Amino acid sequence: MSTVAESHNSHHEHHGAKGIKRWLYTTNHKDIGTLYLIFSLTMFLIGGAMAMVIRAELFQPGLQLVDPHFFNQMTTVHGLIMVFGAVMPAFTGLANWMVPMMIGAPDMALPRMNNWSFWILPFAFAILLLSLFMEGGGPAFGWTFYAPLSTTYSNDNTALFVFAVHIMGISSIMGAINVIVTIVNLRAPGMTWMKLPLFVWTWLITAFLLIAVMPVLAGAVTMVLTDKYFGTSFFDAAGGGDPVMFQHIFWFFGHPEVYIMILPAFGIISTIIPTFSRKKLFGYASMVYATSSIALLSFIVWAHHMFTTGMPLAGELFFMYATMLISVPTGVKVFNWVATMWRGSISFEVPMLFAIAFIVLFTLGGFSGLMLAITPADFQYHDTYFVVAHFHYVLVTGAIFSIMAAAYYWLPKWTGHMYNITLAKWHFWLSLVSVNVLFFPMHFVGLAGMPRRIPDYALQFADFNAIISIGGFAFGLSQLLFVLVVYKCAKGGESVPDKVWDGAEGLEWEVPSPAPYHTFSTPPEVK
Amino acid sequence: MAHSGLLKKLTLVVIGMFAFAFALVPLYDVFCDVTGLNGKPSLEVANASQNVVSNRSVDVSFTTHSQQSAPFEVKSHQYSVNVKPGEMAEVKFSAKNMSSQARVMQAVPSVSPGKAAKYLHKMACFCFDQQAFEANQEVEFTLVFYVDTELPEEIKELTLSYTVFDISESTAHTTVEAKHQAG
Repeated sequence: MSTVAESHNSHHEHHGAKGIKRWLYTTNHKDIGTLYLIFSLTMFLIGGAMAMVIRAELFQPGLQLVDPHFFNQMTTVHGLIMVFGAVMPAFTGLANWMVPMMIGAPDMALPRMNNWSFWILPFAFAILLLSLFMEGGGPAFGWTFYAPLSTTYSNDNTALFVFAVHIMGISSIMGAINVIVTIVNLRAPGMTWMKLPLFVWTWLITAFLLIAVMPVLAGAVTMVLTDKYFGTSFFDAAGGGDPVMFQHIFWFFGHPEVYIMILPAFGIISTIIPTFSRKKLFGYASMVYATSSIALLSFIVWAHHMFTTGMPLAGELFFMYATMLISVPTGVKVFNWVATMWRGSISFEVPMLFAIAFIVLFTLGGFSGLMLAITPADFQYHDTYFVVAHFHYVLVTGAIFSIMAAAYYWLPKWTGHMYNITLAKWHFWLSLVSVNVLFFPMHFVGLAGMPRRIPDYALQFADFNAIISIGGFAFGLSQLLFVLVVYKCAKGGESVPDKVWDGAEGLEWEVPSPAPYHTFSTPPEVK
Repeated sequence: MAHSGLLKKLTLVVIGMFAFAFALVPLYDVFCDVTGLNGKPSLEVANASQNVVSNRSVDVSFTTHSQQSAPFEVKSHQYSVNVKPGEMAEVKFSAKNMSSQARVMQAVPSVSPGKAAKYLHKMACFCFDQQAFEANQEVEFTLVFYVDTELPEEIKELTLSYTVFDISESTAHTTVEAKHQAG
């Protein structure tokens, strides 16, 4: 108990500034982690509200609620917010909270840069969101901002979109550099590479992906900016450029980006499954190698997003086979998770429920990805709701479910309180059912030819779209339960022991609950 | 400080990757030139053909379309010609400026199937230069080309497509751009 009392004292001593300034000036990894997570949850709700607008418009065929230009802004900004505002900051927040505690470090290696990398984010999203209220509206060319939609056919507010993306990129790059320096330099004595918790490993690899491809995204938006405002012709055929080259540059960033959004999820699932199966993770080393090979392969598959641009056969074959190759290391991971559960003493706490749902539904999304990888079949699926179904299975029931699992897993450690388990289970089951009502029928309307990003559709899709919209509203409302659970848990609840889950392993469970403001000021000895 | 070395290296990677995004632009063109993959034919004047293969022939068809409501009507006089590899051919195109203002046109060629692009050699083409038109002016262009004798056997026909752009604004750069900024 004395350690708890001591750390509580230092808690108050070290805050310095009070009120809002405490949060503005903070360099503490736990504060910054909390800021990231709250920001991400806010963005998740805003992006979700946009999805509700989309589903309300698509509830019936014909144009009902919003005009097509606004609909396009909603699809575009929903995508941007969810990718750059919800999923990526949530993972960075988890990294901030957990990486130092998992490797026995006192804080992140570069705490002042850490403060910066968070605090520029709200400005980026303020610019993006406020552009929606300007004359002419916000970006309406899809989150992929293909040229010439974003150059020739976009409005003058495109510069705001470009600068917002620049700031988001700088934020992610600084966050990634911080994670790498922390993991390389600040591991506790005895924490060798192959003893690193998998969440740390997957984040290290993600951070390398981030510093490799976020600058390429910055280059792509810069070219859009100069093409649109300064008379260059990177993507303008009339001036000797090539619009297809935009897609090459964009997807050279874009494909590693999708692994940036899923590798930390793999780390989270690899942490939670062993805890509630009460067994060691099956195949630790193969998990590390599988994650690294997925990251390396992600650089040579980008053109599978572009099969219909008129690529030569050799290119189509190369990108098809390279893409299919990724399912091998991914299969290794799914196999290892299932093998970890095999003959384990499994209990179904809320994080475990989300983790098991992740394994099943992410694999389903992986299979539809495999279908999309088949070049001749892709010509039918391309730009239909089948693609929408695919990437929502890997991102919502994949990335988002893993973030929910992580929140339910570590929330008691962060707050010192157990959350309301009944409410949390309601959140899980409502989400699980509604998310499938929402996204599963999209496979069928997609195969039947319903195009994505269009505010109207042919009459034969009406019934399925009504079902999809109902699933969407239910899923959206269910997430308010999550907000309630987190809020109540932060306010109070049953106290939890240091080791919240009896099967859990790792340094984070050796510090008191709630985790004191400063942990591991003297590095622990890892055996 | 122990962190600064690693920090410097990582910052260099970031700067390097930003530069790499721009390096992709020339790399992309070089890659397409070498492999002829994306149907982009060369915009250089080709040398005259040396020999002719007489035991096979290829159909070459022509198509044109105007992009972004460019006010030009460009048409080939023949829908297609049948040529032997190495044999020189001449095709006339008539082009008309449909607007009542002076306009500048740029035609961008593309060959389908893309694989055939590097086997189509042009000795004279209106796509080599920007073409200035007076208001409502009509001009006749001559395309001189031949198909390489190395053209793969399986290609029996190919299409040369021209996309026509109105580039009056970017050629009259200074004045139009200044106006644009002010507006």
